[in-house]
Amino acid sequence: MKKIHIFGLVIIAIAIGIIVTTAGDASTYVDFNKAQKMADNGDNESIHVVGKLKKDAQGNILEMEYRPEVDPNFFTFTLVDNNNQARKVIYKSTKPQDFDKSEQVVIIGRMQQDTFVADKILMKCPSKYEEGKLETTEHTAQKS
Amino acid sequence: MIHNTIGSAGHLLVIIAFVTALLATFAYYKATTATTSLQSPALIQEWKKFARLTFFVHLLAVLGVVFSLYWIIGNHYFEYHYAWKNSSLALPTGYTISSFWQDQEGSFLLWIFWNVVLGSILIFSNRSWEAPVMTIFALVQAFLTSMILGVVIPGLELKIGSTPFLLLKEVMPEMPVWKMDPNFIPKDGNGLNPLLQNYWMVIHPPTLFLGFASTLIPFSFAMAGLWLKKTHDWIRPALPWSLFSALVLGVGILMGAYWAYETLNFGSYWNWDPVENTSFVPWLILVAAIHTMIIARRNATALKTSFILTIATFVLILYSTFMTRSGILGNASVHSFTDLGLSGQLLIYLLTFLFVSVGLLVYRWKGLPSDEDEVSTYSQEFWIFIGATLLCLSGFQILATTSIPVYNKIAEAFGTVLNLALPADQVAHFNKFQLWFFSLIIILTGVGQFFWWKRVGQGKLQALYNPLLLALVISAAVITIEGVQDIRYIVILTASVFAVVANGSILFDIIKGNYNLSGGAITHIGVALMLIGIMFSSAYEQVVSINNSGLMISRSEEFTQNDNKENKENITLWLNKPERMGDYMLTWKDVRIEPRNIPEYISKSWVDLIENDFRAVALRDIVVNDKQYYAKGDTMEIAPENFYYEVEYREPSGRVFHLFPRVQINPRMGGIVSSPDIQRKVDKDLYTYVSMVTNPTAEPVWSQTENFTVNLRDTFFVNDYVAILDNVVRTDEVEGVQLAEGDAAVKAVVRVLDKDQEYVITPSFVIRDRLVARKPEVHDELGLRMQFQEINPQTGQFTFSINTTQRDFIVLKAIEKPLINILWLGTFVLMIGMILATIRRFKEFIKIRNKEARASSPKPKNPKSVVA
Repeated sequence: MKKIHIFGLVIIAIAIGIIVTTAGDASTYVDFNKAQKMADNGDNESIHVVGKLKKDAQGNILEMEYRPEVDPNFFTFTLVDNNNQARKVIYKSTKPQDFDKSEQVVIIGRMQQDTFVADKILMKCPSKYEEGKLETTEHTAQKS
Repeated sequence: MIHNTIGSAGHLLVIIAFVTALLATFAYYKATTATTSLQSPALIQEWKKFARLTFFVHLLAVLGVVFSLYWIIGNHYFEYHYAWKNSSLALPTGYTISSFWQDQEGSFLLWIFWNVVLGSILIFSNRSWEAPVMTIFALVQAFLTSMILGVVIPGLELKIGSTPFLLLKEVMPEMPVWKMDPNFIPKDGNGLNPLLQNYWMVIHPPTLFLGFASTLIPFSFAMAGLWLKKTHDWIRPALPWSLFSALVLGVGILMGAYWAYETLNFGSYWNWDPVENTSFVPWLILVAAIHTMIIARRNATALKTSFILTIATFVLILYSTFMTRSGILGNASVHSFTDLGLSGQLLIYLLTFLFVSVGLLVYRWKGLPSDEDEVSTYSQEFWIFIGATLLCLSGFQILATTSIPVYNKIAEAFGTVLNLALPADQVAHFNKFQLWFFSLIIILTGVGQFFWWKRVGQGKLQALYNPLLLALVISAAVITIEGVQDIRYIVILTASVFAVVANGSILFDIIKGNYNLSGGAITHIGVALMLIGIMFSSAYEQVVSINNSGLMISRSEEFTQNDNKENKENITLWLNKPERMGDYMLTWKDVRIEPRNIPEYISKSWVDLIENDFRAVALRDIVVNDKQYYAKGDTMEIAPENFYYEVEYREPSGRVFHLFPRVQINPRMGGIVSSPDIQRKVDKDLYTYVSMVTNPTAEPVWSQTENFTVNLRDTFFVNDYVAILDNVVRTDEVEGVQLAEGDAAVKAVVRVLDKDQEYVITPSFVIRDRLVARKPEVHDELGLRMQFQEINPQTGQFTFSINTTQRDFIVLKAIEKPLINILWLGTFVLMIGMILATIRRFKEFIKIRNKEARASSPKPKNPKSVVA
């Protein structure tokens, strides 16, 4: 076998390693039911849940609390996923700017008992002048 | 009045540009085939002439389009959607330029503009390659101009491109205002996204797009080389352009990174965002291509690889464009464009060039030379090749992950649902590979240079021992002093130090001979320094604003669980209340605004902001640094969206400095956006931003009025504070009230006790022209408004009415980033190195070109006749 062939094989092996690891590291979009099941089975993987904020008929956000005067690093709200399952979400960082205006929220983290602890929040906010078009913003609770 | 003409002219010019690009493609194609089929020089010249003419018209048309769009934005023609959406009257002139490329159409236009500039340079600098290279160039231009064509094919309802010259009425016909007034023109535009109102955003996009555009040149040369079967010759003219492209694209990416560091509150210069990644991957591949091109003349494997990598670079640029503009990233990226309905067109563009280039390469593959002998492990080619391969693997890994949203889409197209998401912890995911790739790559830069300059070879590797030893000693010292313990960081640090030492020793030798050749060594040193800077500033960044005050408060259990490791990286600061943070004592002092004509920020309380305008009225004489800029009552221009939060830092030594993190408020853009302020020291940056503020433009919401009737020296409770009415005294001066003879005024002296401070509030009670006037006093720190309501002469009691509000606070985060300056130093070194390398290769190209031109030009038959 020529050197170049060995070289080629090594490259292919590394490339396969990359693909396998990427597949392993990739997170998934799930709903709260699935998230709960994963947590119950001891699966600690970080997952994405897409949902909307819990609102009353007038469009006021319900069950949301952020009191920076008490603790600026504690923000909690209730998210309703696409199957209408609602869960309490805890985000141990500041409340993202314009959170109230978000149409859709993606939370990334895991269930702990019956609350979802989010490490990261993605929001889609409507731009006022572009109906139907959404902007995404991202917020991360940094780890020290 | 609606300015229809300029828009129509612009639209027409886009169409002309598109048509001439197609014509030029055809004409240059004909000129090329005429040359290859050895037709008469007259015919070739004819086609070339025609092609040049059409390209020249194309150039004029493009310049015309650029001018038209700029004219619309610069003159605030808000009847046009583009101007209305992306600019406003308040925007300073410098930033109206940025509104130009704020949206997709404008940024395509920028790209098109650079392409015509580069195309013109090529026509004039490279006559021998003109026809085939410009065929590719013009074809790309045709695709790009089609993106902003904005033509709907009748019958098919097929929209080609999206034009920036649409009127507001045409974009939003459903707005009710058109029924009332069909000629309605908005008074003002939406303005530029406040984040983009930054000088980096004026130069970052043009630089990045010049980088994008210039990757077309090596690609065109590679295509032309395959087409004309000049498999080796294309390298020489292409190489300087590849270097130029890598330089500009690299600088563009770094500018974006620096902008993100300075402006966004990610707290970082790199966020592994898909948009960043997809511009970084082509750069990696381009750098790999440069390395294989350098050795391609001696090594056939490297030549073949050069073809593949040069093509890959360009196709990856197209892929990047597709990713960011098709909306496919959707909720995966923070800053991708929304879909303009161009995804199909972009996909065609991408696939066309993918298939044409790969097809041509496969078709010609058999004709490409191959190596007789195995390459020796001790040859320069071998090491450079390994380095290039690692660069490609690094790029491949980033691309494989970044394309996750694309896999979902492809699966969707085949009817399955993948639901894959980007890794939750991207930094950890990418570091898992990139740290090792770059450790190896940076070692190879040193080893490769030693082989390249023949300092080592088979059987004589001794020359490498000294740099290796020196690197180990230095690294050991740094590791000990800085306390680096993680094995991964030790590896990358040692590897980088080795690269600096090894390349440095090579540089030391070359510079004595010919500094022209030093580009490679300098560039490598730059990269190594960058890696060191990145390692320290990100791995050893430290949050300073650790919040410990929470221990006393309600959620104490939650706060202390998990060994105190939970996130508490933000602290709350109340106005004028010092708070301890790390070694510092912090006080939030004030909110400031940014006047246009004063070199410093001034207190917001000095002026009255005019709502929905970019002006403010001075409430007092504005004196900054002993110079009076405005008198009371003057109107001044300000940056209406910018508010700066003055935070005082008191160091243990007693030294005081101030930082001004910014908050931008633009209700039309929807929201509050914060940017950091950075205290720069030689060895570290202190990076500070406010993550939450009470809206500075909102009026405070006051509680219901509560009346207190008290005697002198009485104590009462307001807003949870103890207040004492110390005295009521006569006064001759009340601010804002003219006291005439016979008028009387008294003021109360009320002491309010806070935890560790006391404040005095003095509301006044005025009898003027026999009428009572009460001047309330507002106290921001206490969130209190007190009005002197009544004096009861019979009982000797005084009545105060009090309203309370939420006290003003900010939530702040501060991070220390050690040795980040090494990163910036490295970027400068990298730039210098690449500039030197580019210049060197351009010189070489010009020398050979002129030699060939002399050789091929017919010699005068009789030298004497020339003299005569």
